[in-house]
Amino acid sequence: MRRALPWIWGVVGVAVVVAIWELYKWLGPADGVVLGAIQGQAGSGFRILPRTGDLNMPHIWDMFARLGEDNGPGTPALWVSVLSGLGVTLGMSAVGLVIGLVVGVALALAMQRWRIVEWGVLPWVIVSQTVPLIAFAPIIARMGTQIDKAGFPWPGWLSVALIASYLAFFPIAVGALRGLASPDPIHVDLLRSYGAGYGKTLVKLRLPASVPYLLPALRLGATSAVVGAVVAEVSIGMPGGLGRMIIQLAQSASADPALPYGPIIGAVLVGLIAAGSVALLGVILRNYRRGEAVA
Amino acid sequence: MSTGAERTLRILMPVLVGVLLLAAWWALSANQGRVVLVPTPAMVGEQLVMYPELILKATGVTALNALVGLGLGAVLAIVLAGVAAWLRIVDWMVAPVVAAVAVVPIVALTPILNTMFGASSQFGRQLVAALAAFVPIFINVLRGLRQAKPVQRDLFASLAASGGQTFSKLTLPTALPYLFTGLTIASSLAVISALVAEYFGGPANGLGTAIATYAKSGKVSLAWAHVVAAIVLGLVFFLVTVLIERIVTRRIPVGAAR
Amino acid sequence: MRFETKPVPDATPAVRAVGVGKTFGTRKRAVEAVTAVDLEIAAGEFVSLIGPSGCGKSTLMRLFADLDSPTSGTLEVFGKSAKAARLDQEYGIAFQQAGLLPWRTVVQNIALPLELHGVSYAERAERAEQLADLVGLTDFRNHRPDQLSGGMQQRVAIARSLAEKPRLLLMDEPFGALDEMTRERMQGELARIVARTGAAVVFVTHSIPEAVFLSDRVVVMSPRPGRITAEIEVPFGKDRAELLRESPEFFAKVTEVREALHGAPVERANER
Repeated sequence: MRRALPWIWGVVGVAVVVAIWELYKWLGPADGVVLGAIQGQAGSGFRILPRTGDLNMPHIWDMFARLGEDNGPGTPALWVSVLSGLGVTLGMSAVGLVIGLVVGVALALAMQRWRIVEWGVLPWVIVSQTVPLIAFAPIIARMGTQIDKAGFPWPGWLSVALIASYLAFFPIAVGALRGLASPDPIHVDLLRSYGAGYGKTLVKLRLPASVPYLLPALRLGATSAVVGAVVAEVSIGMPGGLGRMIIQLAQSASADPALPYGPIIGAVLVGLIAAGSVALLGVILRNYRRGEAVA
Repeated sequence: MSTGAERTLRILMPVLVGVLLLAAWWALSANQGRVVLVPTPAMVGEQLVMYPELILKATGVTALNALVGLGLGAVLAIVLAGVAAWLRIVDWMVAPVVAAVAVVPIVALTPILNTMFGASSQFGRQLVAALAAFVPIFINVLRGLRQAKPVQRDLFASLAASGGQTFSKLTLPTALPYLFTGLTIASSLAVISALVAEYFGGPANGLGTAIATYAKSGKVSLAWAHVVAAIVLGLVFFLVTVLIERIVTRRIPVGAAR
Repeated sequence: MRFETKPVPDATPAVRAVGVGKTFGTRKRAVEAVTAVDLEIAAGEFVSLIGPSGCGKSTLMRLFADLDSPTSGTLEVFGKSAKAARLDQEYGIAFQQAGLLPWRTVVQNIALPLELHGVSYAERAERAEQLADLVGLTDFRNHRPDQLSGGMQQRVAIARSLAEKPRLLLMDEPFGALDEMTRERMQGELARIVARTGAAVVFVTHSIPEAVFLSDRVVVMSPRPGRITAEIEVPFGKDRAELLRESPEFFAKVTEVREALHGAPVERANER
């Protein structure tokens, strides 16, 4: 019983968030809270708390109920479109993650093997993590369409996957490097005393030792890939993905307030699935994580 | 390798790679023939010089959103982490919510936030930046508040220190380096999120909308110029945070606990 | 320089433990760390607690320090409850790990107890300097812990434990992490300091020569359950010179303690 306590309180925590939403809807001022509004000037001032009406803040249960309804006669129920969008976004994030993983690990291997490569490349990798490289997304999208028009087939999803991989590869490269460089010097000496070369040391020592570092980096890479995919879909205007769906459905929010929450729930699910997959991988690889310090 | 040679190489290599990157950019942009995909650095520089007020104005909007978001997120994160470190139940309640926020694409919330707060308000974007900044600060501060070693806690108990004294003289100084780790990550994230949120609708100002608009309408060099401004903005936020860290830790000496 | 401790009104023993016991864990998996301890430590007396791992010596010291409470028996420190003694700051403590705050200099670490108890800045600074000098760290007084060796860090911890001029010192294997040479030197210094201040000391160790060199009395403990099995008087007086280590009386005492620890006399080769 005692061990289940954190989980039970965790569920309570989520319930508290839902409760705060509904309590505000019930007790909050109907017109929300606006700072510095000027009398007689509609639309002035700065709104810091939303209006509580159903048009602005649908009930939590309405959001889920809406998933069961369709979008007009002859169209499928919302959850079907959300699910297909989820599949598209998840698929492209996965492709992006795989590319990012390959490139990131390759870069980390090079950086660990040759210190001058590390000295030359690592500072740039670190700088790239502080600047919004995702700002390039619309530009890459446009480059993709131009290449396509010029005769080299360049499907939209390729740009999306590329942008996603771009975001994923930086945390993976840093995490993989730390992991590959992490083994205790006495272990490195031990393998050297066995006459093991770089390749054998890599497979039998460095790669297993890097698991506790790779997993959190992979989780960060996976969530970055998801964000990259969603943003790229919007920049490219790619039909079928959740990113585009969110923006499209948000436009009908005034008539159908619960509608945009459908794909948002989908996007939340994509993030959770991505993180959950990495966690699952962590469980499978748990023997390589013994001796890991608890965060 | 001698230390002298090592030191020169450590500075020389990144510069070399930087030059290589610049050369690659130049090479890519030189194919004027079929498709002008990538403007030359010269063309981008030209745009920066031609439209400084335009670019600065857009930068200002995004910068303000990032700053407000960073401030909001930091305050909320520090307070919540303090309570969670103090009351385990609160920690258990908050853990799944923070874990979820950490892995979902927060920027996807921008459209409904804009609906809730008005399509002409920047508040939706600021909230997105705040959420993005909240996560690393919360996680790091919570960790930092727990780093005081048992032997140090025993020492303070043996000295009959009050709870407040233990907090201000032990827990807080131990947590300070972790706060700054979180702040440095959060400052970059706030800029990135504030910018990306602009891709999801809202008022037609800011670096993100500028980049998207100019990229779509074919003014690629101008779009790149705004991207350069975004990169500079990210660097400025990062460096200012590091600077504040240096100043604070000089006046309140903190341990090497990282 | 004044290092005398607070005046003792009468012959109140520093520590009086009657039937003290400490059990950890739940009913199903209880661990009796310490049982049925009857121990009296006179004011100014140096007592070592020695025994193998798990004999409860550190637990017993933590009970004296009110860092844990006994589950049975009564415990008095200078005639008060352990908690009152802690709140009145009747003892100074030095742990096995120095427990220095990494962001404070040597003198700031030494001054920590004084700072917590509202002593003025000038008085704190003066006393911290005196104590740093007492342990031979004047040249390092503005260094940070990460710039000091293990032995130096322990000296700071000992100086800190003397800050409030306590009449009882509790020390849990303070020299445990040091090499043998440094250890012997620190023992000499500690003996000198204690003789000067006249404080009572409870000293936890697992080194027999260390216990014999420093103490007026050696209390031998054994584990499962943790209990006192012997008390051995060490009548070498207050002035312990280094030469003592090489005297036959010293070796005889060490043998006596060793035999008490093993529970039987150790047969010597030349007496068979």
